Amino acid sequence: MRAPRRKPEPVQVVKQRRDATLRALVEGVPYIQYLGMQFERKGDELTGVLPFDQKLIGNPMLPAIHGGVTAAFLEVTAIITLSWTYLWEDVESGAIDTAALEAGGLPRLPKTIDISTDYLRSGLPRDAYARARINRSGRRYASVHVEAWQDNRNRLFAQATGHFLMPQRRD
Amino acid sequence: MATKTDIARQFIEAIPHSKALGMRLAEMGDGAAVIEMPYDEKLVGDPETGVIHGGAVSALMDTCCGAAVMSHPANPGGTATIDLRIDYMRAATPGQSITATATCYHVTRTVAFVRATATDDDTENPVAAATGAFTVEGTR
Repeated sequence: MRAPRRKPEPVQVVKQRRDATLRALVEGVPYIQYLGMQFERKGDELTGVLPFDQKLIGNPMLPAIHGGVTAAFLEVTAIITLSWTYLWEDVESGAIDTAALEAGGLPRLPKTIDISTDYLRSGLPRDAYARARINRSGRRYASVHVEAWQDNRNRLFAQATGHFLMPQRRD
Repeated sequence: MATKTDIARQFIEAIPHSKALGMRLAEMGDGAAVIEMPYDEKLVGDPETGVIHGGAVSALMDTCCGAAVMSHPANPGGTATIDLRIDYMRAATPGQSITATATCYHVTRTVAFVRATATDDDTENPVAAATGAFTVEGTR
């Protein structure tokens, strides 16, 4: 006979745990705060959001977003998405310690090995969005592709592929 | 009289994002540039160690490579990044400023190929290396 199925948890309990984890990841890193980046979550899908700000300008004549900001935006989106995916199981099972997270106990983050950014169009003085796709995630290394757009999802202004060193689980 | 380098320096130091990160142009000319970025807590990527975020190093590399292209005699105009790859070799030591050195190693009528390295006080062991392609503008 099958074991009785566990009753689903109330939606607000699940949401609270997911949002607390995401908040800890994003708010714990000073540089993400400095850029003013945010993350929107729909289920397990994350979208990085970079609200436009004057300090992000790289070419005042056009004006256009700094190439370094674009690279950083893509890299941060890749790292947060990787961490999020890596933590997801613990978030869902409830094994994650949200109290410790909220107290500033940031989980260890993946480290960038390399990242290659393609600049497809200049970044306009508008909000930008990015989503990452994890193409391969092993115990040690991960390969991630990130796409960024502004007004139109089908007109990417930048894309990047990066390789990351995954944090090792403390046993 | 303002030389091309003076103009380029003013141009780079007027870039809002480069200014926000405290970048200072140390050297520039003939397709090469050196830019320094002081350590700042707002650029930290790992609060536990205080190590600067890779993204801030990317911004420094991109600015430095762009400056090298702008200082090349074959490029009378501005430039834009086509692609930039960055290898992170080690964490930069917290508290130390990071210096990027970029060189155009080949320039065609339309494209400049650039290499750069970034170091902290331990100049023998680079923190990061970059290679990129940039547009050459203002010629036809």
